[in-house]
Amino acid sequence: MTPTTAQQARVKTLKINGRDVSASGDQTILEVARENGIEIPTLCHLSGLTPVGACRLCLVEVKGVNKLLPACVTRVHENMEVFTDSERLRKYRRMVLEFLFTERNHICAVCVSNGHCELQSLAQQQGMTHVRVPYLYQKLHVDASHPRFKVDHNRCVLCTRCVRVCDEIEGAHTWDVFHRGIKARVITDLNQPWGTSETCTGCGKCVHVCPTGALTEKGVSVAEMAKRRQFLPYLTMMREERG
Amino acid sequence: MSSNKVKVATVWLDGCSGCHMSFLDMDERLVELADKIELVYSPLVDMKEFPEMVDVTLVEGAVASVEDLHKIRKIREHTKILVSLGDCAVTSNVPSMRNPFKLEDVLSRAYLENADLNQQIPQEVIPKLLPHARPVHELVKVDVFIPGCPPSADTIYFAISELLEGRIPELSDKTRFGA
Amino acid sequence: MTMHPEDLDQLAQARREEEAQYRHRICVCMAAGCLSSGADKVKAALEAGVKERSLEKDVLVKGVGCMGPCAAGPLVAVDIDGVIYHDVTPDDVPAILDSLEGKPVKRLEMPKDSPLFQRQVRIVLENSGKIDPESLEDYVAANGYAALFKVVTEMSPGEVIEEVTKSGLRGRGGAGYPTGLKWSTVAKARGPRKFVICNADEGDPGAFMDRSVLESDPHRVLEGMAIAAYAVGADMGYLYVRAEYPLAVKRLKQAIKQAERQGFLGNNICGSTFSFHVDIRLGAGAFVCGEETALIASIEGNRGQPRPRPPYPAEVGLWGCPTLINNVETFANIAPIIRNGGEWFASIGTEKSKGTKVFALAGRVVNTGLIEVPMGITLREIIFGIGGGIPDGKRFKAVQTGGPSGGCIPEQFLDMPVDYESLASVGSIMGSGGMIVMDETSCMVDVAKFFMEFCMTESCGKCVPCRVGTVHMYNLLDRMTKGLARMEDLDLLEELCDMVRHTSLCGLGQTAPNPVISTLRYFRDEYEAHIKDKICPAGVCQMATAEVYA
Ligand SMILES: Cc1cc2nc3c(=O)[nH]c(=O)nc-3n(C[C@H](O)[C@H](O)[C@H](O)COP(=O)(O)O)c2cc1C
Ligand code: SF4
Ligand code: SF4
Ligand code: SF4
Ligand code: FES
Repeated sequence: MTPTTAQQARVKTLKINGRDVSASGDQTILEVARENGIEIPTLCHLSGLTPVGACRLCLVEVKGVNKLLPACVTRVHENMEVFTDSERLRKYRRMVLEFLFTERNHICAVCVSNGHCELQSLAQQQGMTHVRVPYLYQKLHVDASHPRFKVDHNRCVLCTRCVRVCDEIEGAHTWDVFHRGIKARVITDLNQPWGTSETCTGCGKCVHVCPTGALTEKGVSVAEMAKRRQFLPYLTMMREERG
Repeated sequence: MSSNKVKVATVWLDGCSGCHMSFLDMDERLVELADKIELVYSPLVDMKEFPEMVDVTLVEGAVASVEDLHKIRKIREHTKILVSLGDCAVTSNVPSMRNPFKLEDVLSRAYLENADLNQQIPQEVIPKLLPHARPVHELVKVDVFIPGCPPSADTIYFAISELLEGRIPELSDKTRFGA
Repeated sequence: MTMHPEDLDQLAQARREEEAQYRHRICVCMAAGCLSSGADKVKAALEAGVKERSLEKDVLVKGVGCMGPCAAGPLVAVDIDGVIYHDVTPDDVPAILDSLEGKPVKRLEMPKDSPLFQRQVRIVLENSGKIDPESLEDYVAANGYAALFKVVTEMSPGEVIEEVTKSGLRGRGGAGYPTGLKWSTVAKARGPRKFVICNADEGDPGAFMDRSVLESDPHRVLEGMAIAAYAVGADMGYLYVRAEYPLAVKRLKQAIKQAERQGFLGNNICGSTFSFHVDIRLGAGAFVCGEETALIASIEGNRGQPRPRPPYPAEVGLWGCPTLINNVETFANIAPIIRNGGEWFASIGTEKSKGTKVFALAGRVVNTGLIEVPMGITLREIIFGIGGGIPDGKRFKAVQTGGPSGGCIPEQFLDMPVDYESLASVGSIMGSGGMIVMDETSCMVDVAKFFMEFCMTESCGKCVPCRVGTVHMYNLLDRMTKGLARMEDLDLLEELCDMVRHTSLCGLGQTAPNPVISTLRYFRDEYEAHIKDKICPAGVCQMATAEVYA
C-alpha cells in the first residue's frame, strides 16, 4: 500500500443531513450514505461497476463547495457536511427524470419492464407526476437480431451500465457508445446487429444490469421482464479483492 | 338545476375508455360520492353541451385531433380544476406511439396500406388529426395529474376525496406511469 | 548534438549577420489566413521578380507568420517596422520592387498610425509576422530558446515555478486558473511518470488565436512546454492539435525535428541531465475534446468524453499519471517571462489579470483580425480604437466574448476593463479569446440560438442535463425565433438554463446556458418582442405565418 492510499483509508467522520457518520477515507458519499440508510437516487451507478457520474441524479450539496457534487464518485473528507435532500436538489432530480422521459419513447403501459423499471420507480419516488418539457419523439430502432435478447433504443437512458458490465466483468467489450449528444446510442461491436456480434458471449449480464426495458429477454410480454441481479454482489466482492 | 353539490365532469379524448372503466370500478363508493358530487357532463351521462362552469373536470385521453383541441380549450375555460386522468392525458401514452412517424405516413399506413376495402384517407366525419398526439397540459393548464394506465379505482377515489376536501392530492405512493 | 551557451549565441549571431547583409527584407505572411487568399503566389512572384532584377544579394524575400489584420491579406511587410501592404496580388510585385529605394506604394499601404498597431502590446505575438516560422535560426536570432537554456543550466525547478507564480500568469484556455499554482501542484504530485500536454484543440467557433501562434511561432510553444516539463518533472509531452490545422501540424512537426537536432528537445537538453520528448496527437475536431479530461481520454485512445473532476489531471491525468495541461497561449507566454522576469510580466495588466491577451476580433467592426492587447484595456478601446468602430454608420449593440461559453456584453459596459473578473461580473467570460462585435442588425435571440445549436451538436452525450437540456433549450429558442413561443416558454427556458448550468458534468454543459442567460439579462425586451408581438426587432428572424398547434 502506498502512503497515499494508507492515508485515504483512515477513518473519517462527517455529517450527512446533520447526522454524524463515520467512513473509511476511500469511500464515496453514496456508499457512506447507503450504509447509514440515507437514500440518494441513482441511475447510472451500479455497485461493482466503475462509476461514471453521468446521470446526475445523485448530486448532493456539500458545505463550502459551490458546485453540486455527484455522490457516486465523490470521496468523503474529514468534517465534510453533506446535504442529500433539498428543494433545489429535488427539483433538479425531477428535471433529470423529465429529460429522460422526453428524450426517448417511454410508454410504460406497453413496456415489457413495466413494474420492474428503475426509471419508472425513480419517477414515482421523486414525485415526477408529469413532464413539463415537450417530448422529442425521436424515431429509434429495435434490434431483435440476437437469438435470446433484444435492444429497444426507445427505452435506453444511456446509463452505460451494459457497456461497463460487458467490458469490466465479462471482458467482451461488445457494447460501446456511438455518436454524440442527443444522437448518442449504445451499439454492439462496430455498430453491427447484435445477432451477428462475434464478441458477444451471450452471458446476458447487460440485460440484467440494464435499469429499463431497453435490454430484455425475448419472449417476455408486457410487465414480465424482471431483472435478475443476484450476481451483482459478487461483482463488487471480486473487484474489491482484485483491488 | 342548482344544488350545493360539487359539479364534476369527465371527458374522453384520445384514450381507450379504460380510465372511465376504472372510474366506474369505484362501485359502491360511487353511491357515496353521489351525495357530494353531481356529474354534470360525461360520456356516462346524457348531456350534449359542456356546462357554463364546472368545479372539477377529469380528462381521459391525449389531445390528438383538431376536435380534441377545440374541446379541451373550451373545457379549460369552463372548469375550475382540470385533472389529467391516466397516462394518455398525462403523457399521451399509447396514442403517442404514432408520434415518431409523420402524420401522412401514419394515415396512409392505416387507411391505404392496411385497408382491404375502400382504400382512401377519410376527409369527412373523422376529425383531422394533429401532427402529434399531445399530453393535455402541453395545450392547456392542468391542475392535477393522476398517472396510471389506468389509475386504479382506489387512486381515483382518493384523488376525488382529497379534491372534495380542498386539497391537491399527493399521489406518488399510490400510482405511477403504467400502473 | 549538445548545445552550449556560446553555440546558442553563435547561432543567433550568425543569423542576424546573415540578415544584415541584405539591404531590404520583404516579409510575406504565410499564415493560414493570407495563404488562403493567395500569399504563396505573391511570395513566388516576389522571388521571381527579385531574381529577374538580379537583386538576390540585396533583397531577402521571406515567409513569416501572422501579422494580425488577416481580413486584409495577403499582407506583405517591407523592412521590419516599415510599411505593411494589404490585399497584395502578384500583379503588385513590380510596383513593390520599384519602390524599394523610393517611396512606398501608396495605394497598398496600411496606415501606420492606425490604432490597429499602436495600441497593441505584443508578447505572445512578438515574433509573429517577423520571423520565418519554418526556421529555428530565425527564432533563435529573436532570443529563442535562451529561456530554456537559462532554465536548465541556471535554475532549479522550484525557481522556475516561483518565477511563473510571480508573473501572475493565468491560464489562457478559458478558465483563467493561475499557472504557477497548477505547475506547483503537478510538481508536488507523485507518480511513476509525469506528462505535459499542450491543449491546441481550439474548438470555439471563429477562434484562431492558438492556430496563429502555432503557425507563426511554433518554437515558442515548444520552448514553453520544455520549460514546464523541467519545472514539474515531466519527460514526455503531447501537443494535442486539431486535425483541421494541417499547416500548424506541419510546422510543429518540422519545429520538433529542428529542435531535436539542435538539442533543445530530446535527451540531455542543452547538455544537462534533463530530457524531454514531444509528440503530436491529432484531435478529430470535437469541441468537447478541448476539455482536459476528454482530451486525455482521447490521447489514451478512448472515446473523447469528460469524466468528473476531482481528481484533477494534476494528480490523475494521462495514463493515471500527474499531468500538466496548459493552453497554447499560456505556454507561449513562458519564455518571455523567464527571459524578462516574472515582475516584468506582472507590471503589465491589472491587479488580478496580468500580461496580455490575444483576441480574434470579428463581426461588425472595421478592422477584423488577430490582436494582442494588455489586460485592463477597455472594450471601447478595442472595438472603437483598434477595431476602428462599427462600419456603415451602424450602431454598436453588443460584444460577445468567450464563444459558446460566454456572454453578450451591452453598450453600458464598453468602458469596463477587459480582465477575468470584470468580464465574469457582467455575465461573460474571458474565454480563449473570441470577440464578436454585433450591431443593430444582430438579433440577440438568434445569437443565443446560434451558440445553443453549437453546444447541442457538440455535447458529448454523456450526462443527461447537457445531452437533453441543450436540445430543449435550442427548441425553445427556435420556437421563439419563429414567433411560436408563449410567455411560459420564457420561464421554462430560464429554469432549464439554471438546471443545466448547475448539474452538467463538464464545462461544456455548465456554460452552455451562458449566451442565453446574458442576452436575457440585457435584451429581455427582444425576447418578449418575439413572443408577445411576434416580431424580430432586428429583422433577422422569419416568423412563421401558418398557425401551428401550440
Ligand atoms: C468544452 C470545453 C472545451 C475546451 N476547449 C479548450 C480548448 O480548445 N483549448 C484550451 O486550451 N482549453 C480548452 N478548454 C479548457 C481546458 O479544459 C483546460 O482548462 C485548459 O486547457 C487548461 O489550460 P490553461 O490553464 O492554460 O488555460 C475547454 C474546456 C471545456 C469545458
Ligand atoms: S423503460 Fe421503464 S420508464 Fe421506459 S417505458 Fe419501460 S417501464 Fe416505462
Ligand atoms: S441499454 Fe440499458 S444498460 Fe445500456 S445504456 Fe441503455 S439503459 Fe443503460
Ligand atoms: S456537460 Fe455535455 S459535454 Fe460535458 S460531459 Fe455532459 S454531455 Fe458531455
Ligand atoms: S448515479 Fe451518480 S451520476 Fe448517476
